[in-house]
Amino acid sequence: MPTMNMLQAINNALDIAMAEDEKVLCFGEDVGGFGGVFRATSHLQEKYGRARCFNTPLVEQGIIGFANGLAAQGSVPVAEIQFADYIFPAFDQIVNETAKFRYRSGDLFNVGGLTIRAPYGGGISGGHYHSQSPEAYFAHTPGLKVVVPRNPYEAKGLLLAAIRDPDPVLFFEPKRLYRAATGEVPEEDYQLPIGEAEVTKEGTDVTLVGWGAQMEVIERAVELAEKEGISCEVIDLRSILPWDEDSVAESVLKTGRLVVTHEAPRTGGFAGEIAAAIQDRCFLYLESPIMRVTGLDTPFPLTLEKEYLPDHLKIFEAIRESVNY
Amino acid sequence: MTTTRDTHAPDFLAGDEFSIPTYRVLSQEGRLFEGAEAPELDRDQARRIYHAMIATRVLDERMMAAQRQGRLSFYMQCTGEEASVIGATAALDDADMIMAQYREQGALVYRGFSFDEFMNQLFGNELDYGKGRQMPIHYGSRKLHYMTISSPLATQIPQATGYAYGQKLAGGGQCTIVFFGEGAASEGDFHAALNMAAVHEVPVIFFCRNNGYAISTPSIEQFAADGVAPRAFGYRMHVIRVDGNDILAVYRATQEARRIAVEHNKPVLIEAMTYRLAAHSSSDDPSGYRSRKEEEAWREKDPILRMRRWMDGQGWWDDEEEKALQESLRREVLETMKRAEKRPPPPLDSLVTDVYADVTPALQHQLDALKAHIRRYPDAYPRGARSLDPGLSQGDDAASDKGGA
Repeated sequence: MPTMNMLQAINNALDIAMAEDEKVLCFGEDVGGFGGVFRATSHLQEKYGRARCFNTPLVEQGIIGFANGLAAQGSVPVAEIQFADYIFPAFDQIVNETAKFRYRSGDLFNVGGLTIRAPYGGGISGGHYHSQSPEAYFAHTPGLKVVVPRNPYEAKGLLLAAIRDPDPVLFFEPKRLYRAATGEVPEEDYQLPIGEAEVTKEGTDVTLVGWGAQMEVIERAVELAEKEGISCEVIDLRSILPWDEDSVAESVLKTGRLVVTHEAPRTGGFAGEIAAAIQDRCFLYLESPIMRVTGLDTPFPLTLEKEYLPDHLKIFEAIRESVNY
Repeated sequence: MTTTRDTHAPDFLAGDEFSIPTYRVLSQEGRLFEGAEAPELDRDQARRIYHAMIATRVLDERMMAAQRQGRLSFYMQCTGEEASVIGATAALDDADMIMAQYREQGALVYRGFSFDEFMNQLFGNELDYGKGRQMPIHYGSRKLHYMTISSPLATQIPQATGYAYGQKLAGGGQCTIVFFGEGAASEGDFHAALNMAAVHEVPVIFFCRNNGYAISTPSIEQFAADGVAPRAFGYRMHVIRVDGNDILAVYRATQEARRIAVEHNKPVLIEAMTYRLAAHSSSDDPSGYRSRKEEEAWREKDPILRMRRWMDGQGWWDDEEEKALQESLRREVLETMKRAEKRPPPPLDSLVTDVYADVTPALQHQLDALKAHIRRYPDAYPRGARSLDPGLSQGDDAASDKGGA
C-alpha cells in the first residue's frame, strides 16, 4: 500500500471522483493550473481540462453562490475556500442557501452534490486569519454536514463519501497535517461513513473526544496518561454534524468520564454541545464533570500561539483532573 | 488584462461617457415608434403573453384583497412590471431556467402554473410543493424550470451563473435568466455573479427590474451612476436598457440576449426601466415615501394598457374577449382560493423531512419527543394534533382561519 501525506490523499480522492463522474468539478482561488496554494488540486486541470478544474475570481460569496447553482443544476461541485478564515463572505450562501435548498423547496431542488473544502486550524504561525476553526458556526445550521478528517487515510475515504453524499458537506481539512501527516492509503476507491464516530483506542477510565488535527494531540496526551496507569478510550467524531452521540454515550457509560477538546474558542464551541448531550444521556453514570480543553476566548494569537493552543499537556492535565476528581 | 494605450495628460473620466439609451418600440398609444421594428410575434404568442399579463394582474388584485380580509398572511404584487417579467419569459425557451427574486409570478403564469398551484403555496397547505415551509409567494416549480424563491436578496444571482455554467457543460442549448431589483444589485452577490459570468463565459441573462424603489428607498439613494446598466462595462458584458413597460422592446431585447447567451456563451445584462405600481408588499404603505401624483403618472404608462392598444390595432383582441377573460379569471381565483383554504396543512412529519435527504436519528428523536408533547397538550397544537390523529374534529384551528367560506 502506498504512503501518502494528507494533501496527496486529498488530491487522489479528487482525481478518483473526477475520473469516475464527469459532473464532478473542482474550482476556487488558484485551484486551476497552479493546483491550489497547498497543491491539493495539482494536475487536475491537466487531466480533466479547464472546464472542469479552474480558477475563480477572488470572491468567496461568488464561489459558493456559483457552486450552489451548479449543484442545483445537477453538477457535482467541489468548491475550495482557500482558508476557512475566509469563508465568511460566503456565510449567507452557505447558511441561508446551501443548508435550506432542499427544505425550502419541498425537495423540488437540492444542492446535495455540493462539497466545500477549506483548510482550517492553527499551529502554523498563521495568526488571526490563517488559523481559525469555524466548525461550530456551521454545526448550528441544520441542512449542512460538517466533516473533519484526522489523517490521510481518513481524508481520502471521507472526502469521497462527502462528494457522493446526497447532502451538502463542509469538509474542513487540518492544514497543519497536510504534509506532516503521512500514512498508508489504498490506491483504490473507498469511502468512510459520515456521521459515524470511530473508537481509535479502547480504554476504561476516561473517554477523550475530538476531531481533525486534535486527534494527534489527544494521542500524545494519552501516552502520558497511560504511563501513569490511566486507561483512556479515544473517539474521533469524524463529523460534528451530524455527530455520533450514541458512540460517545456508550463509551461514557463505560468510563464515567469525558474530556472533549477543540482548537476553537471555548464559548459556543462544539464541546459545549457534546457536554450538554452527554450529561443528559449519562448523568447518573458520570464520575466527574465533563471537561473541555479548548482555545481561549480570544482571537487566534500569533506569537503566543503555543500558549493558546489546547496542547497535549493541557489535555493530560484535564485527564488527571477528571480521574482524580 | 488592461488597455495598453498610454496617455501623457492627467485626464480623468467622469463616467458620463457611459450613458446608455433606452430601447423603445411601442408608444403608450400602442403604435410603433418611427424607425422601430416590431419583433416577430405571431397572434397566438401575443395572445398567450397578453393572457398571462391579465391573469397576473387579476391574481394580484384578488390576493391582495384576500390579504386585506385576513385570509392570507402576506402578499406581493407584480403590478406595473408585467411586461418586463412576462415579456422576458416569453422570449425564452420554456425549458430555460428562471431564477426570480420574488415579484415575478407573471413568469409562472406564462409557463402554465395553475391558480390551484399558486393557491396551494399561498395557503401553505398539504399540496404546496414547498410543504408549507415558506411565506406566501415563495413559489417553485421543477417541471416549469422555475427555481423556488428564497427571501435573501441577490443570492440567486451567482447561483444563476453557476446553474448556467452547468447548462453550458451539459450542451443542451439552454440558458438561465435571473431577475432582481435595482436595490438587490447593490449586494455583493450581484457583482460576484456578473464578474464570474463574464470571466467563465456563461450563458446567463441578468435581468434587472429597475422599478424605482427598494421598499421605500428611491434609486437615487441606491446608486449615483446612471442606473445599473453601465456596470456591465466594468465586467466587459453585453448590456441593453429597455423600456420595461414596453412589451415589444422587452421581448425583442430578451430574444437577442438569449441568442448572445446561447450561441456565443456570453452573459448579458438587461436593465428594464419600470415602476412598481403597487406597494412593496402587503406590509408596506407607499404613501409614506412617494406622491400620488407620481403614481398617477406611471399608471398612465401601464404596460397592460399599452399592449392592449397594440393588440387592438392588430385586430387580435377586443372588449368582449377582455370582459369574458376577466370574469372567468376572477371566478377561477375565488374557486381555487376556496379549495386551497379548505385543505389541511402538511403533516407533522414534514417538519423534519428534507432537512437532509434522509431524516437523521437525532432529528427523528426530536420529532418523537415533539409528538409525545403534542399528545399531552393537543389543544395547544391543533394542527399537529390533527396530523397525529386525523380523526380529531376540525377544531378551533379552522375557526381561527377567518373567512374560510
